[in-house]
Amino acid sequence: MNEIITLKNISYKYTDEETQYALDNISFSIEKGEWIAIIGPNGSGKSTLAKTINGLVEPESGEVKVGKFDLNENNIWSIREMVGMVFQNPDNQFVGSTVQDDVAFGLENLGIPRDKMVERVRDALEKVNMLEFAEREPARLSGGQKQRVAIAGIVALQPEIMILDEATSMLDPKGREEVLRTVKEVKERENLSVISITHDIDEAAAANRIIVMRAGKLVKEGTPEEIFSYGDQLIEMGLDLPFPEKLKSSMKELGIRVPSEYLTEEGMVEWLWTYGSKK
Amino acid sequence: MDIRFEEVGYTYQKGTPFQSRALYDINLSIKDGGYTALVGHTGSGKSTVLQHLNALKKPTEGSITIGERVVTAATDNKGLKSLRKKVGIVFQFPEAQLFEETIGKDIAFGPKNFGVSEEEAISRAKALLPQVGLDESFLDRSPFDLSGGQMRRVAIAGVLALEPEVLVLDEPTAGLDPQGRKEIMDMFYNLYKTQGLTIVLVTHQMDDVANYADHMVVLEKGTVVKEGSPRELFKESDWLTSMQLGVPSTVHFAQELERKFEWAFDPLPLTTDELAEQIKDRLGVTDQEAGDRV
Repeated sequence: MNEIITLKNISYKYTDEETQYALDNISFSIEKGEWIAIIGPNGSGKSTLAKTINGLVEPESGEVKVGKFDLNENNIWSIREMVGMVFQNPDNQFVGSTVQDDVAFGLENLGIPRDKMVERVRDALEKVNMLEFAEREPARLSGGQKQRVAIAGIVALQPEIMILDEATSMLDPKGREEVLRTVKEVKERENLSVISITHDIDEAAAANRIIVMRAGKLVKEGTPEEIFSYGDQLIEMGLDLPFPEKLKSSMKELGIRVPSEYLTEEGMVEWLWTYGSKK
Repeated sequence: MDIRFEEVGYTYQKGTPFQSRALYDINLSIKDGGYTALVGHTGSGKSTVLQHLNALKKPTEGSITIGERVVTAATDNKGLKSLRKKVGIVFQFPEAQLFEETIGKDIAFGPKNFGVSEEEAISRAKALLPQVGLDESFLDRSPFDLSGGQMRRVAIAGVLALEPEVLVLDEPTAGLDPQGRKEIMDMFYNLYKTQGLTIVLVTHQMDDVANYADHMVVLEKGTVVKEGSPRELFKESDWLTSMQLGVPSTVHFAQELERKFEWAFDPLPLTTDELAEQIKDRLGVTDQEAGDRV
């Protein structure tokens, strides 16, 4: 096993007075190159969990291991170099006055020499298909383009792990698709491990494994097919129902007996076809 | 209250070298008691149209009739305030506008600005909380201790407290989880059905248009390119896809079935319930059989 992140018995409360744990004894691990989706309703602890990985949140108890490091004060900066995060609001994460300045920001902080920096910025922008926008003002980009620039900012730092914290939730459908495609490409090319916190069914479907959170607890874990087969319960898990599940539930109400396993749209068409021809 | 746009145009910084045309030749009508969806991709002019609905912007060309009032470029800003009470706008991410120390005061702020007494404003706040899915115990709590979804509800209550006749919603569910999305959309639908509130919804979610709206306006590059019932407009799925808007998932799937099975759905199903009914007929499942199968 080549584990890149291991969390062991993580618990966390926002304040001492709080009785409810924001994270309640959570353990799981992620392998190198794996894509994990974390789902759960608003307030279930998804973002807090992600923030324990790079030390933005310090757990009350438990252990965090990233790569070869057991997270502590001495190696927190090495860990942060390994973990890049993209947040929800594309407008809240820009510091540069042009796209390329913005991507260069992280590299400047690391004291990378200028010639090397120029190369890495170009390379990163190329990977997210935003090179032609290098000189543009970030404010004038669409939401999807802004998030792609944010991803380039992370790629330039050559991390091993990318965390997407509802990175597509404020985008229109086209922007969402654009960003998801970019993440897939970058992940493959750079052999990144990805953690995406999401309510979007397509984003969750892109993962190798889905983790479901509820009230600070890790309640379920499985492949997308396994998790999607929970049907109606997916809504309580903070995910929208895949279309075939919605249709199945409407058909069930009319008394039509539908298969209980998860069906893709193609699977649904096929099932209807068989159902019709049996008659 | 009807709202009618006639030959409306809007140019930013008109008469300067920086002028840029945002809207042109817009004719549209929003019917009293209707549920209108305003769609168009980013940059199509939706937000600019929205700001004309209560005269936050005045058209640089044409006229807008809002109830009894006519607003043109020449309209004096005086007296426009009453329009803003009649047409309430819930902007995107309205929770960013919360500022008071208690939820009650925050909701009461709007009505007080329009001359409602403190007492009456607070009692409106109290009455509104359950409507937006929160209870009275929230009244004296700080809005900043709430979750994002709860803050959004408080902000919406603040607009409802003005007792508007028209409620304009700009992507009201962006960033919420699916459960929260459904609750908020059902709440608006309920206000529309039970209190006759006129609703204007700006959205990218075609499923919401299909589920809730009775009228649909498509904007592209600053003008209205199509207007009609969602059922009519969603028939033109290729065209909508070329506009980068797409169609509701039910329509998409129904058309897939039409192609594969050589079916022709009539009328075009917009919701899964409608589609399920038609599939049941197509497959020849009788109620008797359906009963047996359960």
